[in-house]
Parts: sequence; C-alpha cells; structure tokens
Amino acid sequence: MSLSAQLAGAIHASTETDAGFAVTSSGLSKRFGGGQLAVDQIDLAVPAGSVYGFLGPNGSGKTTTIRMLLGLIRPTAGSHAMLGLPMPGRQADALPLVGSLVEGPAFYPHLSGRANLTRLDAADATADAATARRRIDAALARVGLLGAADKRYKAYSLGMKQRLGIATSLLRPRQLVILDEPTNGLDPQGTREVRALIRQIAADGTTVFVSSHLLAEVEQVCTHVGVMRAGRLVYQGSLAQLRGQAGLLVRTPKPELAAQVLAELGLAGIRQGDGADQEVTAELGAMLPEVICERLVLAGVPVAGLETPRRSLEDEFVELTGEGFDVD
Amino acid sequence: MSIEQGDRALPQAAGGAVAVRPRLDWPDEPRLAQRNPVSAWLRFFASEIRLVFGRPRNLALLGVLGFVPVFFGVVFRLTISSVDGGGGPPFLNQLAGNGVFLALVVLTVMLTVLLLPLSAAVVSGDAIAGEAALGTLRGLLTVPAGRTRLLAVKYAAIVVFSLAACLLVAAMSLVMGLILFHVGQVTLLSGTTVSLGAGVLRVLAVAVFAAAAMASLSAIGLAASTLTQHPVGAIAGVLIVTVASEICDQVPQLSAIHAYLPTHYWLSWDGLFRSPTDWSGVEHGLVSFAVYAVIFGSIAWAKLTSADVSS
Repeated sequence: MSLSAQLAGAIHASTETDAGFAVTSSGLSKRFGGGQLAVDQIDLAVPAGSVYGFLGPNGSGKTTTIRMLLGLIRPTAGSHAMLGLPMPGRQADALPLVGSLVEGPAFYPHLSGRANLTRLDAADATADAATARRRIDAALARVGLLGAADKRYKAYSLGMKQRLGIATSLLRPRQLVILDEPTNGLDPQGTREVRALIRQIAADGTTVFVSSHLLAEVEQVCTHVGVMRAGRLVYQGSLAQLRGQAGLLVRTPKPELAAQVLAELGLAGIRQGDGADQEVTAELGAMLPEVICERLVLAGVPVAGLETPRRSLEDEFVELTGEGFDVD
Repeated sequence: MSIEQGDRALPQAAGGAVAVRPRLDWPDEPRLAQRNPVSAWLRFFASEIRLVFGRPRNLALLGVLGFVPVFFGVVFRLTISSVDGGGGPPFLNQLAGNGVFLALVVLTVMLTVLLLPLSAAVVSGDAIAGEAALGTLRGLLTVPAGRTRLLAVKYAAIVVFSLAACLLVAAMSLVMGLILFHVGQVTLLSGTTVSLGAGVLRVLAVAVFAAAAMASLSAIGLAASTLTQHPVGAIAGVLIVTVASEICDQVPQLSAIHAYLPTHYWLSWDGLFRSPTDWSGVEHGLVSFAVYAVIFGSIAWAKLTSADVSS
C-alpha cells in the first residue's frame, strides 16, 4: 500500500464514525409526459463508503433514477440529497464532489481523449486550472489510457470509450462516483478491468453507486444492493443480508452424534438427512465453521465433509425481479 | 409490493437530508476551493472558442466565407465593363473607381443570399442541440457547468464566431480589392472624399454592424437549439425565419410590420458612407438586434434551465 493510500485510509477511518449516507431519497418519482410512471416513490439510502449495486432489468427505471439524482431531469414527486446536500438546490456544491458516467460515454469524436477531458475540466468552475494537466494525466493513467491519450476519440474501441467515460469521474477527488452500466458492451476482459477500477475507487474511501442489469458483473464488488423492478425499489440492503444466513452441512458416518454436538453448540434448525445420505444440516448463525469442525472432531465425530452453502444470489434476484436478469 | 429493508443499519431515508460532512482530506485539494468565478468563466469560454474554431465543419464554413470575396472579386474584375451604369448590388458602380467598395458589395451579397446567415445558423443551431445529440450535454451539466453559465458561454462564443466571419469576409474583400482594382481616396455616397484609411475604417464598421446582425440572428438559433435534440432542425428553423422575414420585408402590404422584422435593418448601414455620418439607420438596427437578442436569449434561458435532459 502506498503512503498516500495509507494516509487516505487512516483519515478515512477517523471520519468513518460520522459517515452517513452518500445518497438519500424520499418518495422520488418520475412520470414522463406520456403518463408513463418510470420511477415510483423510491427511498434510496446509499451508505457512505459503500459500493452500492443498483440492479434491475432493462427498463426498470435505473437510468431515470440516476438522471434525477444528478439533476438532469426533475422528479415529479419526492426529494433527494447527495452528500447531505439537498438536490437540486445545492447541486452547485454537491456535483463537483460527484463523478458520474450516465448512460454510456459521450464525447466529441474529433477531439483526443485528453482534449475531451480538458474540455470537461474547463467547464468545472471549481476545478483548479493550474493542476489540470496533472489531474487529467492521472485520470487517464488510472484507466490505462495514457498511451492513447492523444488519439482521437472516434478511433477508440468500445472498451476505451467506456474507460474514458470512467476517467471523467476521476478528474478530481470525489466523494461519490455514480456509474451507469459501466460494463455495457464490454467483453469479459473489459468487464474485469472495470470491476478492478471500481475496487480501486472504493479503496480510496469513495462511495461507488453502480448500476447494472447483469447481477454477475457487479456482485463481486458490491457491499450493498438496491433492486429495481418496474420503477419500484423492491429490495435495499447489504449484500450479505440479501444472501441470507449461510447454512451448515456436515457429512459424517455418525449423523446422530453430530446432531447432538451441534445442538450442544446451540445451532438452530438441525436436521438429519434421511436414510443413507448421512448428512446433518443446520443454520450457521454467528458460529465459525472452523470452530464447529474442531468441536465435532473433539467429540469423536468423523467429519467426512463440512460445507457452508449459501442460497444463490441469482435465485434471490429472480425472486425479487420476477424474471431472469439477462432478459435479452 | 413493499420495500424489504434488509439491513437494520440502513434506516428508511427520512424526508430531510442526512448530514454527511464532505471529506476534505485530499492532499492537493484541502477544500472545495472557491475559485475566481471570472477566471473560471474565461477558462470555460476559451475551451468553447477552441471547440467552435477547432470543429472541422466550422473551419470549412470559414474557408468558404473567405473564398467568396476572391470569387466575387475575380468575377467583377472580369465583367466590370458590362455592369457599368446600372443594375447589380449597391456600391457595384463605385467598384471600378475604388476596390474598397468590393467589401461592401460582398457583405451585401452574402447577407442577402444567406451565406452569412447560414454560417450563423449552423453555429448557433448546433450550440445546444449538437451537444444533446452527441450526449455531451449531460456530461457538461453533471460537471456541473451550470445551465445559465453554459448558455452564456455558448452565446459569447457564437458572437465571437459571427464577428470573426464578418471580419474575415471584409478583410478578404479588402485584400482582393487592393489586388484587383484601383485603390485610393474613398468617395462617399454624399460626394465627399475621405482618406483610404478612413474608408477602410468605415468598411470595418460595416463588418461589425453585420456581425451584430448575425449575433441577433444567432440568439434565435440558440433558442431553437434548446427546443430540439436535432441540430439540423434548429439550423433549418433559423433559415426559414430568415427567408420568411426577408420575403415579408419585400411585400409592400406588410409595411406596417417591416420595422419589426428581424432582417429589416441588416443593410441599414449606408449612413456610414455619408458625410456627415448618418447614424439613424445604424442606431435603429442595433436597437432591433438587441431586442431580438434579449427576447430569444430569454427563451433559450427559460427552456434550458427548466428542461429535462434525457438525451
């Protein structure tokens, strides 16, 4: 870990106690001119420092929500705040601290990647012109585009365009980064790179709000998730919570003895497998599997296998959204 | 369908904002610095100027505008004997006597055959709609550039482009006039004669007046640009307004509204070539241009600051 990262980490830890929510909303709704209710009374609570996966099928209202959060479109009802500042009233104060990529990258095709970033930095009334060059090069280096910085945007590959889009959110230190479908159209390698970038951004203490219609793409980096379905927020909470409690499965030739030990340990939901399969299952609770294993062995239970199975997230999501995630 | 609140650490967001103190621990940015708004504006403006004057299409447009005086200069030089004594645009008769008048002929022609209005329409109609079509508008607004600030920077750059276009035409015309025609003391419409330098100054004043006319037309273009995501639509709209206004200006039955038409005063600078200088046409023109700029600038502002940006 570099010195600056250590420093940032230490300072972050000290401020963590007063950390609240990077994004909050109350009854936020958007009805478009045609009468279509795109977002229906959502109450977001994105904890500061989290990586919040904003999930839902295509057309479930994710991008409309993000546009409302950033003040691009007006909600028809409800309110929201970013970094504790009410929007859109205080957006001039809040938005410089928020990096964003909305609905795919969009740049001037005849300008180079660097010139495009320079343009956006020049538009920022709070950015320091004296450090622009250094900050722009740092952002390009972070997304691995420094080598292609002077190539015209129209010559970029889709992955490079997407990375330049992420670079705009890194032009200056941010407290919140909002990425709308950052992996859209990327190959598996590109998707991995974006995930690594999200991890890096989050490691600096920045809250990351990332939307996706593909659960598998963000599952590995998220600490919290919100799930949209047809304009409504149907679930919001930590990923661990969504996964639910892990179970415990012990394979042993002496299932009765094992069940007895587990009961002594106070585990709930103990069940012995039927007949020949010689399995005992229980809810893991707060107990560590290695502790359980040790107790079983000490009690003379021959442990042939011990697992802590979890319900698949995919199953949870299908249940919440009523359909498979990749509906295409 | 209710919201499952999965994590007890996440209370339902209450109506008000949850206070989060911004983290201000970045080594090179001790706080969200309050930069000088004037220098920040100038930086944005310089970036916009680079964008407008760096866009290949706009450079091609300037190239065409710069070439037209060369074309007309050569045509008039070759046909000067046959146009002697009648017809043609105003000031054409004086051309044989003095090449300085080429600039006036060319500016008149380019205003009436829509070459200058076209360039103003392209740059102004593209200003917001072009950014919306590219998707760069959402990027600028989330920076945040500020909607009013963006509009001000856009319009300022458009005015600079109009001025550059008109001055380019005047300068190229003067150069061609110098090369192709006799140049000397300038005889004004009132018959008095002024020095070549004074004559050139008056030509440049005409170019600035034409630029003011184009700047006012550009305000209409800017308003049109906020109403659509299709730059071509905004550009066509401006040209339709221009043509319709010029047609109405030619219909005697509509004389009651002539003074209120946006194109009515575009050529009302001939008073600059009288002695003593007759300012009334220029003054009326500038007032008319300013009124149009204020009205359509306000429309653009009202629309852009309230619009949902969903491009």
